[in-house]
Amino acid sequence: MTAATTTFRWREPSILPGFGLALGITVTALSLIVLIPLAALFLKAASAGPADIWAVATSPRTLAALKLSFTAALFAALVNAVFGLILAWVLVRYEFPGRRLIDAAVDLPFALPTAVAGISLAAIYAPNGWVGSLLAPLAFKLTIPFTDLSFGFDGKVAYTPLGVMVALIFIGLPFVVRTVQPVLEELQSDVEEAAALLGASRFRTIFRVILPQVLPALMTGFVLAFARAVGEYGSVIFIAGNVPMLSEIAPLLIVIRLEQFDYAGAAVVATMMLLISFALILAGNLIQARARRRFGDV
Amino acid sequence: MTRPAYSRLLRAGLVLGAFSLCFGVVAGARAQTELLNVSYDPTRELYRDINAAFLAEWNAKHPDKKIATIRQSHGGSGAQARTVIDGLNADVVTLALAGDIDAVAERSKKLPLDWQKRLPHNSSPYTSTIVFLVRKGNPKAIKDWGDLVKPGVQIITPNPKTSGGARWNYLAAWAYAEKAFNKDDAKIRDYIGKLLANVPVLDTGARGATTTFTQRGIGDVFLSWENEAFLALKEFGTDKFDIVVPSPSILAEPPVALVDGNVDAKKTREQAQAYLEFLYTPKAQAIIARNFYRPRNPEAADAKDIANFPKVELVTIDDVFGGWKKAQPTHFGDGGTFDQLYKPAR
Amino acid sequence: MSDATLPSAAATPPRSASRARSESPVVQVALIAISLAFLLLFLLLPLVTVFVEAAAKGWEAYRAAITEPDALAAIRLTLLVAAIAVPFNIIVGIAAAWAIAKFEFRGKDLLISLIDLPFSVSPVISGLVFVLLFGAQGYFGPWLQANDLKIVFALPGLILATVFVTFPFVARELIPHMQSLGSADEEAALTLGASPWRVFFAVTLPNVKWSLFYGVLLCNARAMGEFGAVAVVSGKIRGLTNTMPLHIEILYNEYMGAAAFAVASLLAGLALVTLVLKTLLEWRYGDAIAASGRH
Repeated sequence: MTAATTTFRWREPSILPGFGLALGITVTALSLIVLIPLAALFLKAASAGPADIWAVATSPRTLAALKLSFTAALFAALVNAVFGLILAWVLVRYEFPGRRLIDAAVDLPFALPTAVAGISLAAIYAPNGWVGSLLAPLAFKLTIPFTDLSFGFDGKVAYTPLGVMVALIFIGLPFVVRTVQPVLEELQSDVEEAAALLGASRFRTIFRVILPQVLPALMTGFVLAFARAVGEYGSVIFIAGNVPMLSEIAPLLIVIRLEQFDYAGAAVVATMMLLISFALILAGNLIQARARRRFGDV
Repeated sequence: MTRPAYSRLLRAGLVLGAFSLCFGVVAGARAQTELLNVSYDPTRELYRDINAAFLAEWNAKHPDKKIATIRQSHGGSGAQARTVIDGLNADVVTLALAGDIDAVAERSKKLPLDWQKRLPHNSSPYTSTIVFLVRKGNPKAIKDWGDLVKPGVQIITPNPKTSGGARWNYLAAWAYAEKAFNKDDAKIRDYIGKLLANVPVLDTGARGATTTFTQRGIGDVFLSWENEAFLALKEFGTDKFDIVVPSPSILAEPPVALVDGNVDAKKTREQAQAYLEFLYTPKAQAIIARNFYRPRNPEAADAKDIANFPKVELVTIDDVFGGWKKAQPTHFGDGGTFDQLYKPAR
Repeated sequence: MSDATLPSAAATPPRSASRARSESPVVQVALIAISLAFLLLFLLLPLVTVFVEAAAKGWEAYRAAITEPDALAAIRLTLLVAAIAVPFNIIVGIAAAWAIAKFEFRGKDLLISLIDLPFSVSPVISGLVFVLLFGAQGYFGPWLQANDLKIVFALPGLILATVFVTFPFVARELIPHMQSLGSADEEAALTLGASPWRVFFAVTLPNVKWSLFYGVLLCNARAMGEFGAVAVVSGKIRGLTNTMPLHIEILYNEYMGAAAFAVASLLAGLALVTLVLKTLLEWRYGDAIAASGRH
C-alpha cells in the first residue's frame, strides 16, 4: 500500500463513490448495536468497585465455570478439528453414495435452533435415551492429559461435563469443515504427485505436504468453533446438569447472577468471558499469521 | 430476471426494510388493555384454570370494563422477579416465596414493603409443602429426611439460587435437621452438606428438575413441591412413581401481590385487585384444590381433592427461620450457608 | 517440506501419479465410516429425534400443536422479528462490504474485527447488555419509563438482541467475495457515465447476489432460531413476547413434549429448507460462492 499524497491521509483515493455513506452506515450501526451496549457492560462491571470485582472474579465458582466453559470448548474444538478435517477430506476426495447429502447436512448446526438441538441431544444422550442407554455399560476412566479434568466415565454423558462437550461439538463442527473444505479443493495436485513419485509414503505425503497447507485454514476453523462454543448457552443448559463447580458453564453463571439481582456480578463474569475469548482469539490469529508466513498464503 | 428489474426489486426491498424497522419500534411501544400475571414454574396449569374462571365471572359482571385476556409468564421464581424489577410491567406477581416479592418491592419500588399485609393469610391464597417423589416401589427405601444422606442415594432438586421451590426444599431439610440434631450447628451443617453432595443435577427451575427426574430417569428421589409431585403422577401415571411424605415438612406459602406502580400506569388496578381477591373465593379455592395446591378454605373444595392431601407435620418459616427477610441472606445470599456447604463430589 | 523431496532410506518404489492422490480402499472406507458415524451421532440423530418425537402423538396432535393460538402468536412474532432484523443486517452488511472491499483506509482491520465481534460474544451477554441499557434499573431505564417507551420485554428488545447476534452474517459473506472481485467493473461503469446508484444496483449487486443471498439465508436461520439472547430480553409473556424457540422451551416444560417437538420441527424444517436452498445455490453457482469463502 503506497500512501498517496492527498488530503485524505487515512484512506487512499478512489474514483468509486459512496465511501462516506457506506462507512457512515456501518460505523453508526456498529456503534449503536454492538459497541455502545458492550461499553455499558464494561461500565456496569466497573461500577462494582475493585474489591467486589476481585471477589466475584476469583470466587471458586466463577473460576470453575470459566474453566469448564473454556476447557470444554477447547476439547470440543479439538475433536471438531480432527473429525472435521477427516470429514472435509472425505467430502472433497472420495466419491460415495450420499456424499452430497452429507455435505449439506454439515451445515445443520448453523440452521437448527440451539434450544432444539439441546433438547434433542439431552433426549438422545440421557441414560434412558437412544445413545445414552448404549453407552451406559461402557463405563471407563477417562483422563484428559495436561489438565486435572479427569472423569471417571460412569457410562453417563448427559448431565456431566461430557454432555457439555457433546453439545459444543454439535455447535462447532461446520466451522472446521467449511473453512478446511475450500482449501482442500484448491490444493494443487502436482506437489502431492511429486512427493509420491519421489517415493514418499502416502502417510508421509499427507503429513509433510498436505497438512502444512491446510493448517492455517484448520486453525481458523478451530478458533471459530472455539469462540462459538465458549459462549454457547441454548443447547448446553439442557444437557449439562448445571451442577455448580462441576457442570455449570459460565454463561449460565451469568444468568444465575442476574437472577439473584446481582447485575454488577453478572457484568463482571461477562466481562471476564469476553476478555479471555478476545485474548485467545487474538492469540489464535497471531499463530495463524505466523503459520501463513511460514507456509505461504493459502 | 433482467438487471433493471432486479435492481428495482432490490431497491423496493431496501425501502421496505427501512420502513418495517421504523414500524417495529413504534408497534413495540403500543400496549393493550389486558392483565399480566408473572408467576413461577409449577403454576402453569393452575392459572390456566383460574384465568378462565375469573374472565368468565368478571366479564359477565362488568360488561363496561371487560378484560380481553390475562397473559401469563412463567419461569424460575427469582428469574421472574428479576424481569419485573427490570421493567416487565406485571399487574400481579404470583411467586414461589415472599422473599422474591420483597426483592421486587425493594428494588423497583413499585409496591410498598408491607405488601404481604394487604391480603388475607399472608397474601397466600393457597399453600403447599415439600414431599419426596420416588420411583415405583421405593427401591432405595427412602422414608424420611434421614434416608437422603445415605451413600448412593441420588437426590434431584433444583438450584436454590434460582428456584423458589428449591429454597423451600433446602429450608425443609434444614428444619428437619435442626429438630433431629437438637440445634447442634455442626451436625446440621454436616447433614446438609451430605445431602447436597448426593445431588447429581441442579436444574435452574422446578419444572426442569421434574423433567430430569421423570423423563430422563436420573435420581432416586426428587424433592418436589407437593402439587408438582401430584401433577407428575397425573401426567406419567401412578404406576411409575410413589409419593413419600417426610415426617416434618415446611409450610410453603406462595404469595401473590399487586404491582401498584404498573397497575396505576396501565389503569388496571380495579381489575387486578379483583383478580387477586378472586383467588380467595370458594370457586377459586375449589380450582386450587383440584390443581393439587392446599386451599386456605378446604370447605369450598371438593372433598375428594382434599382427601388427596396427606397429613404432614408442618413447620413455618417464621417459627424456624424468622421469616424470609432473615432466611434469604443467611442461607441463599452470596456466601450464605448454601455457598458454604455446597461442595460437589468430583 | 524439504524432507519430502528426498527419497528416504526406506523408499518404496515410485507409484503411478494417479494412485498417488488416493489412499488404499481400506483406509478410504475407514475414513468414510468414521465420518458417517460422527455425523450420525452428533448431527443426524438430533434432527431425526425432532421429527420422531413430533410425530409421536399422530398428525392430529401435531396439527393442533402448531395451530394453537399461542403457537401461532410465537410463529408470527418470530417471522416479524426476522423480517425486521434481517433487512437491517442486509443494509448494514452491504454498506460495510462496500466500504471495506472497495476502499483502502486505516483501521480497516480493526473495523473487520469489530464487525465480527458479536460472533464471539455469548448470546446471554448479547441479551444482558440490552437489559443493562434499557431495563428499568438500566442506564436509560428511568428515561424510557418516564416517556412510556418499552424496549426490553417488548418487540424492540427482541429485535435489538437478534440484530446483535446476527450482525456479522451478511457482511462476512459479502466482504471476501467483493474483495476478490475488485472494483474494475464499477470503475468502468462510472467512466461510461453511469450514476453511482446505478453502478451499485446494475453492476455490484448482480455480481455478489449469490453470496448476498447465502449470507441472508444464514442470517435468517440464526435470527429465527436464536434462544439465549432473546430469552434474557423476552419476559416470556405467552402470546405476546414468546418467540418460537422460547415457546418450544415452554411447551417442553409443560410436559407437552410432542407439541414442543412439533413446533421445533417447524424450525428444523426451516433449517432443512435453508440447507436445500444453499446446496442448490452451490450446485448452480459453485464458483461464485466458493469465492465468497468461509462463513
